[in-house]
This record gives sequence, C-alpha cells and structure tokens, in this order.
Amino acid sequence: MQQSGCRVVRSCLLLRQGYRPKRKRCAKWHLTNNNSVSKKNHMLPKHLRRLEAESIEIMREVVAGFKNPVMLYSIGKDSSVMLHVAIKAFYPAKLPFPLLHVDTTWKFREMITFRDETAKRLGVELIVHVNKEGLERGINPIDCGSALHTRVMKTDALKQALDLYQFDAAFGGARRDEEKSRAKERILSFRSAGHVWDPRNQRPELWNLFNTQLLQGETMRVFAMSNWTELDIWEYIMLEKIPVVPLYFAKQRPVVRRSGATIMVDDKRLRLQSNETPEMRMIRFRTLGCYPLSGAIDSDATTIEDIVAEMHTATVSERQGRLIDTDEAASMEKKKWEGYF
Amino acid sequence: MPSKATIDRVQAGKDQLQFITCGSVDDGKSTLIGRLLHDSKVIYEDQLAALARDSAKHGTTGNDVDFALLVDGLEAEREQGITIDVAYRFFTTLRRSFMVADTPGHEQYTRNMATGASNAQLAIILIDARKGVLVQTKRHSFICSLLGIRHVVLAVNKIDLVKYNKERFDRIVGDYMAFAAGLGFTSVVPIPISARYGDNVINQSDKTKWYQGPCLLDYLESIDIQSDVARQVFRFPVQWVNRPNLDFRGYAGSVASGSISAGDEIVVAASGRTTRVKRIVTQDGNLPRADAGDAVTITLEDEIDIGRGDLLARPNERPEVTDQFAAHLIWMDNDPLVAGRNYILRIGTRTGVAGSITAIKHRIDVNTREHLAARKLSLNEIGFCNVATALPVAFDPYEVNRKTGSFIVIDRFTNRTVGAGMIAFPLRRATNIARQPLSVGKSERAALKNQKPCIIWFTGLSGAGKSTIANIVDQKLFAMSCHTILLDGDNMRHGLNRDLGFSEADRVENIRRVGEVAKLMADGGLIVICSFISPYRAERDMVRNLVAREEFIEIFVDTPLEECVQRDPKGLYSKAKSGKIKNFTGIDAPYEIPMRPEFHLRTMDQTPEQLAEAVIDVLKARAIVHGH
Repeated sequence: MQQSGCRVVRSCLLLRQGYRPKRKRCAKWHLTNNNSVSKKNHMLPKHLRRLEAESIEIMREVVAGFKNPVMLYSIGKDSSVMLHVAIKAFYPAKLPFPLLHVDTTWKFREMITFRDETAKRLGVELIVHVNKEGLERGINPIDCGSALHTRVMKTDALKQALDLYQFDAAFGGARRDEEKSRAKERILSFRSAGHVWDPRNQRPELWNLFNTQLLQGETMRVFAMSNWTELDIWEYIMLEKIPVVPLYFAKQRPVVRRSGATIMVDDKRLRLQSNETPEMRMIRFRTLGCYPLSGAIDSDATTIEDIVAEMHTATVSERQGRLIDTDEAASMEKKKWEGYF
Repeated sequence: MPSKATIDRVQAGKDQLQFITCGSVDDGKSTLIGRLLHDSKVIYEDQLAALARDSAKHGTTGNDVDFALLVDGLEAEREQGITIDVAYRFFTTLRRSFMVADTPGHEQYTRNMATGASNAQLAIILIDARKGVLVQTKRHSFICSLLGIRHVVLAVNKIDLVKYNKERFDRIVGDYMAFAAGLGFTSVVPIPISARYGDNVINQSDKTKWYQGPCLLDYLESIDIQSDVARQVFRFPVQWVNRPNLDFRGYAGSVASGSISAGDEIVVAASGRTTRVKRIVTQDGNLPRADAGDAVTITLEDEIDIGRGDLLARPNERPEVTDQFAAHLIWMDNDPLVAGRNYILRIGTRTGVAGSITAIKHRIDVNTREHLAARKLSLNEIGFCNVATALPVAFDPYEVNRKTGSFIVIDRFTNRTVGAGMIAFPLRRATNIARQPLSVGKSERAALKNQKPCIIWFTGLSGAGKSTIANIVDQKLFAMSCHTILLDGDNMRHGLNRDLGFSEADRVENIRRVGEVAKLMADGGLIVICSFISPYRAERDMVRNLVAREEFIEIFVDTPLEECVQRDPKGLYSKAKSGKIKNFTGIDAPYEIPMRPEFHLRTMDQTPEQLAEAVIDVLKARAIVHGH
C-alpha cells in the first residue's frame, strides 16, 4: 500500500457489530432487548425520513452493484451526515467500504483532529491520500492560486487515489442544491476511463432503477445525498445529534480580511501582509475546505439549534464563502469535466 | 433563539412533493421555476447578484432579471438559451418541501422529460396564453400520463400578454380538457399566471379578479398526494442480503408499496415459498411496522432461499411472475431498438436479466397518440412491445405500481441505458405459479364435444379469399357436428372493436383483442376460425403464443397481389390506389408472408370448395376433428 504519493491510515475495526450512536437511550435498547421497538425514528419529520431512506437505498444499491466502492470523506457536515446514514444502511454489518480523505495539507487543523477522532470512534477504515508530487512541487493555494491548487491537490489527488486502489464507485456528499451544474448531476455520475465527466454522456436515471454496469477503466461517482438541501442537512444533524467539526459553531477566532472574504489565521503559512492584522471575531463557517480558501461568516450561532434558526433567515448561499467557485465563469462545470467531485 | 422552538418547528415536519414542469423555453418554464425559487426566498443574495451579471450577458428580458438563467446550469444551455438536461431544484415552504424536475420541452428530449416524470407526483403543464394548446402541450401531457402522473396543473402563462382576458383563458382550458379526457388524470387544475410578473404564482393577482381558484403555490402546498403507494399492496424488492455473521441473516431493501408488520406472512414471488417476518431491523431499533418508502432490513422465521432481486409480497396478494410481458418502451439511445436482439434488463432490484424485445406491436406518435406500425424504435420514440426474459420475473402492471412495474434496458456491449419500460400486462404466466384452477377444464369441455379446441388462423391479402374459404370450412365442420365459431374482421368491428379505426396501429390492437377472444373461446372447447389480413408476423405470433403449440393452425391464403387487385371484391384496392385509403396492405403497407404456416393454400388453381376440403383434411390429420 505504501506506494508513492500516499499515506495510509488504517484504523482498527473496533466494533464488530458496527457503529452505535453515543445516545445512551438507543444503545441501551439495543443491548437490552433484541425485540424492543424503537420510537426514535418517528421523531424524524417525514421529509427527512424520506431523504434518509432514499440515501440508504442508493448506498445499498452501490454495495450490491459494484466490486470495490469507497466513500469520499471530506470531514464537512455533508460527509458527517453521509457517514451517519451509511452506518444505518448496513447495520448490523459494519461499513462494507473504506473512507477516503483526499488531504490537500491545507485543511483546518481542527478538521484533521475531528477526522481521526471520527474514524476511531466509529471503528471505520480510513484511507488518507496526499498528492505527493504536488506537495514536492510546492503547490499551495496562496502562491499558486486556488485554481491550480484545487486541480493538483484535490482533483489530481483524487484520481490518483481512485486508480491506486482500483475503486470502481466513489460516494461523494455533493448536493444538487449547491450549485447550478450540480443541479443537473445524476445520482450515479458516469466517468469514462480517465475519470472524465461529460454532461452529454450521462445515463438517463428513471425511477430508482440505476444502471451499475461498467466497462474496464470506467468508474462511477455516486451522490447519495443529491436531494438533500443545506437546511435538511442541518435539521438532520440536529435531530440525530451527529457530531460535526467545531468550526461550524460560532466562536471568537483570529481572522483577517482578504479578497473580500473573512479568512481565519489557522497557522503561519497564511503569511500575513503588512496591512493585515488578525482580529478576534465571533465567526463560524458554513462550508469547510482549505482554510485560506474558506470564508467565515459573522455569527452568534453556538449550537446546532442556533445554526438551524440562522439557516431559516440566511440571505446568502453557503458557496459564497468558497473562493474556488468564482475562479472563472462556469467554474464548477469545468472542474467537474476535469474529474472534480 | 429558543432551541426548543427550533426543534419543534423542524419536527412538526412536512411532506415532500415532487413535480415536473413541462413546456418549452418560450412558454416560460424556466422563468416560472426561477420565480418560484425567488419568491419563496431560496435564492440568496450572492446568487441574485450573479444572476444580474448573467442577465446582462445572456439574458433575454432586457433590463429585467432573467429568472431562466437561474435554472439553466450548463454553459451550453446558457449560450444557446435552451435546457438540455433534467435539472432538479429544491424549495421549501412552511407546509411542504418541493423537488422540481425541470426538463427540456423539445421533442428530441422526450427521454429527459420521461426521466423527470418518472418520479414526479404532479406535472405543471405550461401553455402560452397567446398560443393555446399546441402539439407540444399534447406531447407533454401524453408522456406525463404514460409515466403515471395523475395530477396536472394547467398553467396558462403570459396571461399579462393577453390583457388578463378571461375568455381567452376559458377557451384554452376548454380545449385542453377535451383533449386530456382520455389520459387518465385524476385532477387537472387550470391557473392563469404570469411567471414574469408573478401573477397567481405566490399571491392571488388583483388583475384576474374573475379567477376564484387558488394561486399556484397555495395549490402545490395543499394538493392531497397522500401517496397512493401507501394504499397499495405490500411489495418489498430485496436489495442486499445482510449477513455480517452466522447469527444474522437479514434482507435489506426499501418497501416499494403498502406496509408490513413483524409476524406477517410473506411469500417469495418467484419461488412461491412462504414464511413470516420475524423482525424489522433498523439501527434505531426494531420497528413494529414498515411503510412504503422505509429502508429497512427484514429477518424471517424460516431460512429460505432469497437473494437480491427477489420480490416479497403477501401470499394473498401476489405479483405477476412470468417470462413474457407486454410493455410501453421509451427508446433513449442513438442506436435504434432492434426487435429480437438481446439486451440486459433491470426490473426492480433484479439486475442483469437477459431479455429481448420480441416484437414491436406498434409505435405511438407522441404528438397525436396515433398508433403506427413500426419495425424499429429510434431515439425518443415510444413503442408498445412484447418482452421476453431468460428467467421468470416478478412485477405488477405499471398502472398499478410504478415501483414494481418499471424496468430499464441496457445495451450488452456499451452498457448504456438504452430504454425505459412500463409493463402493461403479462403475456404468459410462469408454469410454477398456480392459477385459479377451473373445475371444468378445456380438455373436458372439448371431450364432451368430441373435438380438440384450436384456433384456425386464416391470413392473407385483402381479397385473397380468406373469408370465403373460412366460411365454407365453418359450414363443413358444422355439418360434422363440430362446435365452432367464426371470427371475421368486419364482424368484429361492429362490436368489440368498433372503437378502432383502420390505422396500422389500430389494426395491431384489433388483432390483439381478436387473439384474446379466440383464446377464451378455445378455452371453452371451441374450434375458433379466424379470418384476418393480419399482415405482421409479430401479431400472428403473439396470438400463436397465447395457446398451446398444437392449438394454433396458421393458414396462409396465398393469392398473388395482381389477382387480388383484379378481384377487388370491396373496391378497396381502387380506393387505395387513388390515395383515398392510407396504409393499405399490399399497396402502401407491407404484408409479411408466413415463414412456416401450418398450411399453405395456393388459391390460383383450385375452387374455394376444394381449398376448404383441403383444410378439413389437415384438421383430420391433426386429430382436431374425427372423420366420418
């Protein structure tokens, strides 16, 4: 496994019977009486139950239909929900595929801590992949610009990892409500050899009848959370009590203003300009990525309930904080052609 | 912010409505969706800013914001001002969350529309108030109907451009209602709107005081879609066998329809094995009951052989199990459908089923709904086909259950999804499934009559002499005390088939019905004499397949075309030649001669009497009747 360009973390398989939530109530039911009946799921409102069930169905379909699936784990809120739902999908069996994190080495430190804790807590297999060549060439978001950094350290790195482990299907947490070209994305997104996405060469998806047939070299990206909205994600996190990276909650953090965005000073690599002085502000993040590319928002939301309430009154989209989407016109579409998720 | 209140509000919950919008760019479809998204406040400020920028660059609305650009996501679409692919949009109100499938309206994108319609519960059909009901309105309505949508909103858009005129609106609604009568919609609700200015979209417009109905969003929020699937019978396609260790064996899947409780008896459709549900397992604890849409894992009382692709049902509500069925098929690939070629089918969770389309019974013109004879289906064409599978598969008719009545067709070599099908009815029941046993069987009935029941099928050109010969055969059999019935094309059209015209498509349906009637009569022990042109092998073979092999006797009444034209007993050939009749067999429509008829009657050298006697000899040789 120790081939060039990758570092592998394989956490041990802690729980033979799979992940159980920390909530004592449910765990107790499980341990005490096999035939007990849960009332918990009925607390989910109809639309969330429906979304959860749909995602579970897609995940089972992929495990039944592909040889070697993997789940892209980006540490963000969508990944947290995706992982939570996946564990439900295969219960009581353990997760039948590993997680893959493509590490650009520029993620927030708290994200990496959360990632490793999560893998340990849930007892799931985690593969971490870094584009070593990009690292050696010194590719970084500050000097090279977000476009080059994203292509080399995210898109190329992802393709390397998929090729290295011969994964034929990769789950991603992308949602259709995120961005215009995502709205046209299939749930099973076909990639021809070389991971190329061609919007004109996608398979029609009718009913819930997915076509999982592939030829040699072809792969599938699977968006099991396609039909969730950002609000759905947060409501589900709230009701299911899913742990998320603390950066989503408002806290006094050191920030500077750069290119019209509020950037957190997460480490020294940000290289402050002479006119930049970090100030402590009550901020949080709606989306997480490479820290120099992730814009914070001013917020007082310190709990999930606060975040959901804030979402109900939000006036800007979550992607506004992402610097990589505005690189150029049709930015996301172009990245997807190249193999980005 | 009181957190309890937030949780309560979320938990109060809402259901979801999936709908599709139909109409071309010119009808203002994308504008309507953009308007719904904007007015229900799911467009954020940064997206609006981007929209203003885009409107200046690509927009078609002058200085106004072009809402269509909100939804046309691909660069090519924005440049060409068209919608290529299905886009899914989401918005939510306090009462409901909505998922909109925005699909292109042009005929060359029929497959995209079908895709968007496949999961939709409701369709908004847009009509430009200036133009009224157009061919494309009819196409969209037909596709929605075919895909099983039962609720329609008729959005008469651009009502501002006809000065909010009530008469104009009423006339369009009247036209549409007349057209849509045969499409099986449960509800059609017409609303006059202006997507561009927002009239009757989110709020009641004061410019249409004559309109008393709900505004669009109110209606979408309140329509009762209390899903029909809940009321249907229980169906559970097994998706994945969950076997983490020797102590647990569960069947994971989503309840397609109906509901099931722990302790209920179930049957595996294909094998007929029965057992009971032991537990309904989820990570959140066992459930007492699982309803339509729930993704669960079922454990059973007995260890019986079940795998991915099996369909579980209640023993008294079994699905059809067969290896031959008739279905509507939408072709989605550049390479046309070739009848007889092998494809891979996926029905429910049963994947990788080898199958073939054995016959294209007719193609349906999506604009006129007319049935046309067809030898192939090209991209975006819809046909009614016979499908055969290598193994028996379990299903319900699509009209009854969208989840268990649909299938996709996959090319064996490219793996592309090339077709989507909706099953109409089984053509033959699998032998291992018991049918209602009849106390008096076909053979008993026939024995009483001292004959073997069969279908004697006379085929040939118009004027070949079929009816003449069939009539004499009937008289001779009657004289021999045989119990017969003669089904003749013209006679059938006076009753059972009087709703059918003479288009090629209607002829196909004509033969289908005749075949079914003939089969029933043969079941009654009769010798059924049929006299029909029946120009296509496919239809003749369809009838042949309805009964046992020895019970179908195809007789080719072989008279050269020139002779038929010269005889022209009904004057039809002269009408056809002068163009007064279209699609006349032998003139401008083909006749496929039988490849292996049971009997080949060459009529030129013999009299009808002699020919009929030859037929009787054949029947004697086959022990259908006994000679005296």
